[in-house]
Amino acid sequence: MIIRRDFVNKLLEDRKDNLRVVSGIGTSTWDLMSTGDEKNNFGFIGAMGQALPFALGLSISQPDKKILLITGDGDTLMSLGSLATIANHPVSNLTVIVLDNESYVETGSQPTATAGKTNLELIAKGSGIENTYTIFERTDDYKVLKTIYEEDGPSLVVVKCKAESTPLIFPHSFDGVTAINRFKDTM
Amino acid sequence: MEKFSKDWRNDIYDVFKNIGISLVSHIPDAGHTPLIDLCEKDNNIDVVTLTTEEEGVGLSCGAWAGGKKSALLMQSSGVGNCINALALPNICRIPFLTIVSMRGEWGEFIPWQVPMGLGTPKVLEAMDVKIFRVDYKDEVGDTVNAAANFAFNTRKSAAVLLSQKMIGAKQFKNG
Ligand SMILES: Cc1ncc(C[n+]2csc(CCOP(=O)(O)OP(=O)(O)O)c2C)c(N)n1
Ligand SMILES: [Mg+2]
Repeated sequence: MIIRRDFVNKLLEDRKDNLRVVSGIGTSTWDLMSTGDEKNNFGFIGAMGQALPFALGLSISQPDKKILLITGDGDTLMSLGSLATIANHPVSNLTVIVLDNESYVETGSQPTATAGKTNLELIAKGSGIENTYTIFERTDDYKVLKTIYEEDGPSLVVVKCKAESTPLIFPHSFDGVTAINRFKDTM
Repeated sequence: MEKFSKDWRNDIYDVFKNIGISLVSHIPDAGHTPLIDLCEKDNNIDVVTLTTEEEGVGLSCGAWAGGKKSALLMQSSGVGNCINALALPNICRIPFLTIVSMRGEWGEFIPWQVPMGLGTPKVLEAMDVKIFRVDYKDEVGDTVNAAANFAFNTRKSAAVLLSQKMIGAKQFKNG
């Protein structure tokens, strides 16, 4: 099982200038903020289910940047239709990483559908996203980096990780206007 | 006379071009079809068909963060699907523009359209979206222009409600 915070930190350790990272509500935003106070990041703290379409809009409007969305299984399950939208309006610069801990950790670790019979990689594939895979071990880190920076997207990587609550690392500001202005200025 | 005048959807399209809208998302409604066709024929407008209207809210917001202006086209039922998503443009003060074709208010044949038709203005107001209602064809262009300027100049959410009386109620025939 992958420890998500270590994984996210490793992935963004030597990040390139052309990368913009968005995170979904829940633990993903605290994970992203734990990598440092970075203008090239934007973390959702609400609007559950909106991170996927937001990342698509950003990818369409910034075709020369690499766009990475890091989000949870719960957030992804709330916007499954967006997987179909992304597949049918393909953006080659978008990678979605689902940190699949099979639970809603943020709200008390209740099991999600992926703890049962549901497989998000198969849903993404069935939605028409061609480049999809699941990783279970940290030995596959290099593969994910290659997907983000080199492969043609849209891509979706399911990262099976441990369901544990981790320290909350808050963003530079909880104020949405401050956060989005800072992020937009990097484009 | 009517059939020689320019279709009001062309007026919306002209406003889109004037203010530089380059991304249009939608779940189709018959009232919007000619406008969707115009946008699809335009190489400088990206058209995204959604699976639910709420996606259009996040899509617009992400596009704006990346420097693109966009609009969401939907029928009044779709407004109900967007409620929580509207928190995103609201809290980040991201300009958001939607053009809503009204159903369930004038000559409606399908009773199922009525609840959300009646609820549409209330829901939008509850989420702090400014409403620009238009009842006459010759006011469509000015109204969409005013709504777009309101959204993009003041970084607020704006909805144009195209009245069903103006659009013309869709006629259904059994058999
Ligand atoms: C519409 C809506 N429903 C419920 C919540 C409460 N909520 C906040 S975070 C979260 C869990 C997110 O789950 P997941 O994406 O799997 O995140 P993680 O397990 O990484 O914390 C929920 C249910 C919310 N914020 N909005
Ligand atoms: Mg989870």
